[in-house]
Amino acid sequence: MEQLTNNKIKTEEYFINMGPQHPAAHGVLRLLLTIDGEIIKNVDPDLGYIHRSIEKMCERDSYQQIVHLTDRMDYLSSHINNGAVCLAVEKALQLEVTDRVKVIRTIFDELTRIASHLLWWGVMGMDLGALTTYFYAFRDREMINDIFEETCGARLTMNYYIPGGLMFDLHPNFVNRVKKFLVDIKEHLPEYDRLLTGNVIFQKRTKGIGMLSKEDAISYGVTGPVARGSGVHCDVRKTHPYHAYDRVNFEEALLPEGDTFSRYKVRIKEMWESISIVEQLIDNIPEGDIKVPTKAVIKLPKGEFYQRVETARGELGVYINSTGTKNPYRLKFRSPGFSNLSVLNHISKGGKIGDLVAIMASFDFVIPDIDR
Amino acid sequence: MSYFSDIYNGIKTLLTGMRVTGGHFVRIRSENITQLYPDNRDTLQMFERFRGEVVMPHDENNEHRCTGCQSCEIACPNGSIEIIWDRQVDPATGKKKKMIDKHIYHLSMCTMCGLCISACPTDAIVWAQNYENAVYDRSALTKVLNQPGSKLKAGIEE
Repeated sequence: MEQLTNNKIKTEEYFINMGPQHPAAHGVLRLLLTIDGEIIKNVDPDLGYIHRSIEKMCERDSYQQIVHLTDRMDYLSSHINNGAVCLAVEKALQLEVTDRVKVIRTIFDELTRIASHLLWWGVMGMDLGALTTYFYAFRDREMINDIFEETCGARLTMNYYIPGGLMFDLHPNFVNRVKKFLVDIKEHLPEYDRLLTGNVIFQKRTKGIGMLSKEDAISYGVTGPVARGSGVHCDVRKTHPYHAYDRVNFEEALLPEGDTFSRYKVRIKEMWESISIVEQLIDNIPEGDIKVPTKAVIKLPKGEFYQRVETARGELGVYINSTGTKNPYRLKFRSPGFSNLSVLNHISKGGKIGDLVAIMASFDFVIPDIDR
Repeated sequence: MSYFSDIYNGIKTLLTGMRVTGGHFVRIRSENITQLYPDNRDTLQMFERFRGEVVMPHDENNEHRCTGCQSCEIACPNGSIEIIWDRQVDPATGKKKKMIDKHIYHLSMCTMCGLCISACPTDAIVWAQNYENAVYDRSALTKVLNQPGSKLKAGIEE
């Protein structure tokens, strides 16, 4: 006792691994933590556990084949990733897809965003000790998966968009299924608020935790709901509209607080906005062709092409450097997760290990997107 | 004082959340959303576009539609399809014609992207809806899609 009061116990910082296999880390992310007691002094992410050299494989593949690799980056926004590559190739070929394709792509992108945010909501609750949320979120996500499976044949790795259009037309049941889903999800989202958002334990663990200022968000290149939770206007759907986003009315979810709870609220609000976008489009899908014919072997003109889209996690950029052959000379993905991860050390310093789990949950990392 | 109000708020929000779960607990019989998977194998229907594995349908005369054009082999991003072909005498015309000997499909390498089926000009290969592909030996996943003794259906050209 005397020793304690005289502060003579020798303390030192120690080092601990969080991951690569950790129940609270989403995927195989290894964080090297330097800890003083329970206070985090430094977070050093160590990557490469799920690196599959997708960018290098793209140099080998034709432009139609590249699309299916992007499913495997951010697997929760696979439609949106597919769209990024297709848009980049279409931009290079100066190909204008039909209105029907644009509207269908927009609906699928927004359904993907809802599905991704639903999974995030379930997992965020689970990370903070509320296992129930997981089952509720998966109940609703299952309906979107059924919609996708009926039209595309796949539940996760869709490969539905092709350069010039879509692989197949919509399934006849598609519109009815989506309408039924919209009715159900609008009943269920307020239920989510009662279950988790209003919970005192959840609020105490998220409010004021992981503060990210607007200036830091911009200087670290943070995008997506994380940046919008700090009040940065960065929604690519608003700033550089693609697909049919220029013809729908929606509000960019922006909150100025910059803490974990505001990132949570941004995503909940984005789900409502996505529902409203789908509602605006589902009744007036224009008739038309589902693909513009392209050559069997697509050769892009010589030059550099860049296209960015808003995935559920932030801004995904596709950079194609073509030398005029059937393969890209270099293809680079600017993935949202990688840039968002860079700010993790900055905002979790000084917090507790439990706070780090909450911060990571609010960042919604998909590790295959970070490693590629 | 805030100590007691915290306890009060904690219990209140806990009960709010439990009302949601309790409501579902009461209605559990009417809105069952889970499936008893291994027991419902006989009735479980996959969607008609579900990508299970690539198959080559044969008709009752053991004839398929594959001309051996190798479009699927070229379209495949990861070498899942190998076609071994030969020029054989076509009995109808007496001329030598490209025919498949074996259409080999490696299910173990397939990523279910569907590019081969989009590329096929004669609709010779389609998706099957089977979903249980686990086997004890990896070599069982290498399949020959054309049945032994099968031949090209008459009238199908590239």
